[in-house]
Amino acid sequence: MTSYGFAVNVTPKPGILDPAGRAVEGSLGHLGIEGVRDVRIGRRVELTVEADDEATARATVERLAGEMLSNPLIEAFAIEPIGATSSAVSHEHQVNAAAGEA
Amino acid sequence: MGVRVGVVVFPGSNCDRDTMHALSLAGAEPVALWHEAAALDGVAAVVLPGGFAYGDYVRAGVIARFSPVMRAVAAFAADGGLVLGICNGFQVLAEAGLVPGALLRNASLRFAGQGVAIAAERLDTAFTHAVDSRRPLHMPVAHGEGRYYADDATLDSLEREGRILFRYVDPAGDPAEPGDRANPNGSLRAIAGVLNAAGNVAGLMPHPERASETILGSDDGMGIVRSLVESAARAATGSRPVEVGAR
Repeated sequence: MTSYGFAVNVTPKPGILDPAGRAVEGSLGHLGIEGVRDVRIGRRVELTVEADDEATARATVERLAGEMLSNPLIEAFAIEPIGATSSAVSHEHQVNAAAGEA
Repeated sequence: MGVRVGVVVFPGSNCDRDTMHALSLAGAEPVALWHEAAALDGVAAVVLPGGFAYGDYVRAGVIARFSPVMRAVAAFAADGGLVLGICNGFQVLAEAGLVPGALLRNASLRFAGQGVAIAAERLDTAFTHAVDSRRPLHMPVAHGEGRYYADDATLDSLEREGRILFRYVDPAGDPAEPGDRANPNGSLRAIAGVLNAAGNVAGLMPHPERASETILGSDDGMGIVRSLVESAARAATGSRPVEVGAR
């Protein structure tokens, strides 16, 4: 078994009113930012799957994303690999790096 | 003893006791059904109460949808059993696909805790036959994600098929479209409650159980609760087998 890291990015489908995105747009003037529009707020889920191969791991993530992490009526999702097989090592590396910075 | 009506208790449900009280007032024997239960204990109808099942994480209702009791509720509904979802219960039913549409974050981004007026679009359903008239019913809403959404084709078919059960109405009694103050969350076509195609599963965002006695400010919710209890009593004495367990 190998560990595969994925991120699932869930976003509201086109045409669905996103009031949180609107609120961000409405506040841009307070930051002195101009020229930004179409703010859409979704969520990102990162996870690690133990599987024999990447195709199997991805199929598991597809099912989870389609059935629970997103609602197909209102949301779209995109899956991206992150960290891949060395996720455990890279995690440790990040911890060490963080400790080093402290 | 009255007809047995189940009230599902998820971790995070908080209207289960009030719902059981309202069912008792209507003459039913309420039965608490724990979320891990795989069978429905022979009840003649099921209510999914308000609250924040499983913390409403990810999306309101979605984690509850996959609980063991919901497998039994889905089988019960498929068999013609009466199921009513109130507030969070409506969100669970929508996530489970047992009623059409989705409940999105309120357009205001605010939690809506206020009184609303709703009108029953139909008085001939299992959930509304004891509602005394088309006059507006006053009861509270209490939710952050209650904005009813479905695509236009679905909304059109719901209207055509008479499956919009309740609408938010303004003081004149007209449907309160999104943007109207009488529409608490921006629900499309002022939809406060819907019916499934078979007519045995309904969901609504307002809380009839919180309007069950005049001392609470309104007992308008009891028309809905009594409708359910009377329909359940008929189902219990009818030919349809009542016992629906895990499949």
